[in-house]
Amino acid sequence: MSERGIQWFRFTAPANFYDLAGRLIPWFAALTVALFGVGLYMGLVVAPSDYQQGDSYRIIYIHVPTAWMGMFLYVLMAVYAAIGLIWRIKIAEIMAKSIAPTGALFTFLALWTGALWGRPTWGVFWVWDARLTSMLLLLFLYLGYMALHAAIDDRQRASNASAVLAMVGVVNVPIIYFSVHWWNTLHQGASITVTEAPTMAMIMFVTLMIMVLAAWMYSIAVVLARARVELLERERTAHWVRERLEGERG
Amino acid sequence: MADREFRAVALAAERGDRRLFDDIDFTLSPGQLLQVSGRNGCGKTSLLRILSGLSRPVAGQVYWGDEPIQSVDGGTGSCLGYLGHQNALKEDLTAEENILIAGGLGGGRPDREAVLAMLASLGLAGYEDLPVRYLSQGQKRRVALARLLLQPRALLILDEPYAALDVQVIDVLRSAIEAHLERKGMIVITTHQAVDIDGDCHKLQLG
Amino acid sequence: MFRPLLALLRRDLTLALRRPQDALTVVGFFVVVVALFPLGIGPDPEFLRSLAPGVLWVAALLAVMLSLERLFSDDYRDGTLEQMLLVPEPLGLLVLTKIFAHWLITGLPLVLISPLLAVQLNLRPDEILILMAALLLGTPILSLIGAIGAALTLGLRGGGVLIALLILPLYAPPLILGAGAVDAVMHGASAQAHLSLLGAMMVFALFATPWATAAAVRIMLD
Repeated sequence: MSERGIQWFRFTAPANFYDLAGRLIPWFAALTVALFGVGLYMGLVVAPSDYQQGDSYRIIYIHVPTAWMGMFLYVLMAVYAAIGLIWRIKIAEIMAKSIAPTGALFTFLALWTGALWGRPTWGVFWVWDARLTSMLLLLFLYLGYMALHAAIDDRQRASNASAVLAMVGVVNVPIIYFSVHWWNTLHQGASITVTEAPTMAMIMFVTLMIMVLAAWMYSIAVVLARARVELLERERTAHWVRERLEGERG
Repeated sequence: MADREFRAVALAAERGDRRLFDDIDFTLSPGQLLQVSGRNGCGKTSLLRILSGLSRPVAGQVYWGDEPIQSVDGGTGSCLGYLGHQNALKEDLTAEENILIAGGLGGGRPDREAVLAMLASLGLAGYEDLPVRYLSQGQKRRVALARLLLQPRALLILDEPYAALDVQVIDVLRSAIEAHLERKGMIVITTHQAVDIDGDCHKLQLG
Repeated sequence: MFRPLLALLRRDLTLALRRPQDALTVVGFFVVVVALFPLGIGPDPEFLRSLAPGVLWVAALLAVMLSLERLFSDDYRDGTLEQMLLVPEPLGLLVLTKIFAHWLITGLPLVLISPLLAVQLNLRPDEILILMAALLLGTPILSLIGAIGAALTLGLRGGGVLIALLILPLYAPPLILGAGAVDAVMHGASAQAHLSLLGAMMVFALFATPWATAAAVRIMLD
């Protein structure tokens, strides 16, 4: 970070964001590695086996955090998109766009781990369980958002249009969830519902929370990094970008 | 006709990453005409779309009187009429139907006699009952002009209204424009041709 | 207030009457898709009967979705949609009127032809009645939600495929409720809960979606 960079820091919000994100990313990345390391060690070695499912249950340490992040990031994305659309704040638009791939990745991982978990538990890779089905629809919503963003050439229009879609989607997520849940209970005979162990040992709970935190830290680091690149691209004609790039080169 | 000024303050527009124009200011009073000129691709159409409230400018604001154009009572459509590159005609409807429906959509109670008279004055007598898809480009343009002129709007925004018109029709259009200015209407126009219009005319050069 | 809306409704219906093939294509698609299912899964009447609610609903949903691409695109191409933004009338109401016209042209015929297909799939009269009621409540929801997708893909290359990706996940609730209603009657239960929820969903969609669609139209024409 050059001296000139610090001067610009005071004047322009995008530059401010760019510098701040640049400084924060290494910390979040380090936390991610540390928490994942501790969480995986506790989950795979320290935590005891489940008395019913044996060792296969350990996949919840990945499955549950990814599923939570997938859902939460969609809401967060819609909130940023709405802020960007209503108040025309560029950083919010960029954040919404940057969150989408990470959210989709987590949702996909949740589905993947769910399928892997299903094989030893139910004997099949996929059951039309209410939660898995909702996650699948959520993945489609993410893909639709990203596809629409990519299909529109004009950046501003792409941001605005996909923001409308994200807001429509976030209103629909609870409706989808409840209708799928209802559908599932009505067809109870045909499927099996996922039920976690009614009482969770303390060590399992702590491990789970560490993994959730790790997923958080990862999301923040990756989303900020992606937003930084996107910001550079959008503002490439601005003075502060030239200042930064020359500073980094020299 | 118009009782307020039409103002643009510090307008700027972008296409992709390119600034089309910056700091466009003007004030148009009742009875005045503004001719916007400039090379191809310098943003004439973008400017007209911003003035009509269809697009949002990157910076600046358009005012109708003291109100921003987006918040005019009853929408922008209550004060201005816009003729873009497209004629906005339904190919399957006749010229007469097109105009009557557009009038109804605008909230008016269109008068059939007036429509036929306007079409005749633009040299379209005998073509009223033909679906628009059988008309030539120039004739379609005339139907679109007839529709615009029949709507009582204080401000007319015309994007290349002379395109594809022949000489007689240009004369008719010019006298319609002059009559509109005399009634204290306002006009913003882009055109490639030099047109001599009697009235209070101003020029805006882009690019 | 309502005169402009009536003018728009009359315009869209007139245009549809002058080109009836557009509406007929949608109905034809519905019929053909349903006719293809027995070829794929076998002619066993009992089995077909058990699949009928889902088959009919998925076919109706796809038919509505296919027809949606045309909802705004014709008006977009010839510039009349642009002029609609300049009409002194809330865009949300204009959009709602267009959706209503579109439903009359494409959604209603699907409801009317569905008994014929239901008979082919061995549904009983009381089940057919519920099927029609569910479609009557459900197809407007499909049109209302789909209009958002149609507006968001205006002027895009490959818009039709994109609409499918944007809209189909949102169609899950009406599909579950609509097919579920028929299913419930087939299993001797009451379809009232399903139909009430469908009705509630339609009312919600009726008030909420036109504004989202109007916002999308403004954005895509900006």
